[in-house]
Amino acid sequence: MYTQALNTQDQAPSAASDPLADARFQARVDAEERIEPNDAMPEAYRRTLTRQIAQHAHSEIVGMLPEGNWITRAPSLKRKAALLAKVQDEGGHGAYLYAAAETLGTSREQMEEQLLSGAAKYSSIFNYPTLTWADIGIIGWLVDGAAIMNQIPLCRCSYGPYARAMVRVCKEESFHQRQGYEIMIALARGTPAQKQMAQEALDRWWWPVLMMFGPPDKDSQHTESAMRWKIKRFTNDELRQKFVDATVPQGHFLGLTFPDPALTFDAATQHWNYGEIDWAEFKRVVAGDGPCNRQRMKQMRAKHADNAWVREAATAFARKRRQRAEAMPIAAE
Amino acid sequence: MTDTPLFQYTLRLADTALVLGHRLSEWVGHSPVIEEDLAFGNMGLDLIGQARSLYSHAGEIEGKGRDEDALAYLRDAPDYRNILLVEQPNGNFAATMVRQFLYAAFAHPYFEALAHSKDKTLAAIAAKAVKEMAYHLRHSAEWTIRLGDGTDESHRRAQDALDELWPYTAEMFETDQVERALIEAGVAVDPSAVRATWDKTLDHVLSEATLVRPRDGYMQSGGRIGRHSEHLGHILSELQFVQRAYPGASW
Ligand SMILES: [Fe+2]
Ligand SMILES: [Fe+2]
Ligand SMILES: [Fe+2]
Repeated sequence: MYTQALNTQDQAPSAASDPLADARFQARVDAEERIEPNDAMPEAYRRTLTRQIAQHAHSEIVGMLPEGNWITRAPSLKRKAALLAKVQDEGGHGAYLYAAAETLGTSREQMEEQLLSGAAKYSSIFNYPTLTWADIGIIGWLVDGAAIMNQIPLCRCSYGPYARAMVRVCKEESFHQRQGYEIMIALARGTPAQKQMAQEALDRWWWPVLMMFGPPDKDSQHTESAMRWKIKRFTNDELRQKFVDATVPQGHFLGLTFPDPALTFDAATQHWNYGEIDWAEFKRVVAGDGPCNRQRMKQMRAKHADNAWVREAATAFARKRRQRAEAMPIAAE
Repeated sequence: MTDTPLFQYTLRLADTALVLGHRLSEWVGHSPVIEEDLAFGNMGLDLIGQARSLYSHAGEIEGKGRDEDALAYLRDAPDYRNILLVEQPNGNFAATMVRQFLYAAFAHPYFEALAHSKDKTLAAIAAKAVKEMAYHLRHSAEWTIRLGDGTDESHRRAQDALDELWPYTAEMFETDQVERALIEAGVAVDPSAVRATWDKTLDHVLSEATLVRPRDGYMQSGGRIGRHSEHLGHILSELQFVQRAYPGASW
């Protein structure tokens, strides 16, 4: 989900892998034991997890931009407070996830550097623009909704700190999803212009949201080892189907039409069939040519660069304070 | 007779809280570190929460059926009653933090006193706000000190912010005929009574921050009677845009 671009398998050879240790590790994972930071783990496991958690953290942080775009324009004080609290939650998720990733030995500063240099990815969904207030409803309902689909199984991820982070994060994401849906309900019950706003937002976001689950299983090389390590428990297509099945009735309840003429309920399988996803668009946006990739990176780099002096000041002040504290006992003598 | 002094007074408190909360919310997602995004979120939410309670109270006092959103979204700048300090642009991080410090150092003791108001609703709102403003004060004072006593650059930026915002500080302590009777009646707080506390807080924090307290020159005023700086209109054009573009819709 927030880690969809991870589907490029790590090709680096697992250097100095110890078959015996690896087997012991796999046995622990198979027994559903939680792996903790100081436990032995294969290098590839550490690398994969670090990348996944960091990418998840980056997504939370970059995701603050499209939603933050509407904080100052939210249409009522209640909505304004709720959106402000939501965006703040996402920042909290980012901080919390960076801390989880740090337990694997990479510092937050390093991870942030990787994001700013473009070496690390974030969820491509945030490369789409929020054009009207309805987009805020759609993001809560669908983007947080899709995130939950992916993250509920992650609460049982083999890596302890990540699993625990997900438990806490999922609670807040469900709250966000309900709030988003509530915004949609208000629009659906509203004026013709509000209904139209809701429909247009769904038209723009539906397909990109389905892409959040990553490439179809037949093209995804990443799933196998992640499954074996119990980092991932469902395939991309399985999660996407669950999401579609849960979401389509919600959309119909709102009186909205999904922009997919092939969307039909299959009574035999009890699933909603959906049309062909435009994977060329997905690849293009992941590669950097979505509507907002450049804008998001520019914003991220600008806030980092423009505020460097603040971080320097904090560091300088902490150093002074330490020096004064050290000098104190001497002065007292 | 609905445009009573109590309505005006409550509106002043509400508008000041909303405009400052709106300003702080502009930072969220753009802060120097994630922790400050969270802090701006916290403080913004506190202030918007205060504003909502105050608007609801004002609406009841007025008795014309205006709710919090009617008051926040459907008045133009000349009807806004916030002090000028809080509508000043965020500028850089130092400017925002110094503005927050100047306000919180006032608002904390002010709400402490207002918690004893004869108006029970105002007293209850103030009692909650005291705890919130204690955090705003602590957080902004810590940053004022950190920036003032940090690097040469941060010191310069903090001092610039202090110098630039100083002319807007006196308005916090003004009283006029709208408030005088309410102060007499024990409903409103006499702001001059918290001046000494404000001075003491400032002297203490500024000296730790190695910042120089500016000399009192000409002091700007007018926000509380609806004479604002150019900035408020732009805040409102953002804040009110959706409500104004879709009149009568509910969200
Ligand atoms: Fe989140
Ligand atoms: Fe998330
Ligand atoms: Fe969320």
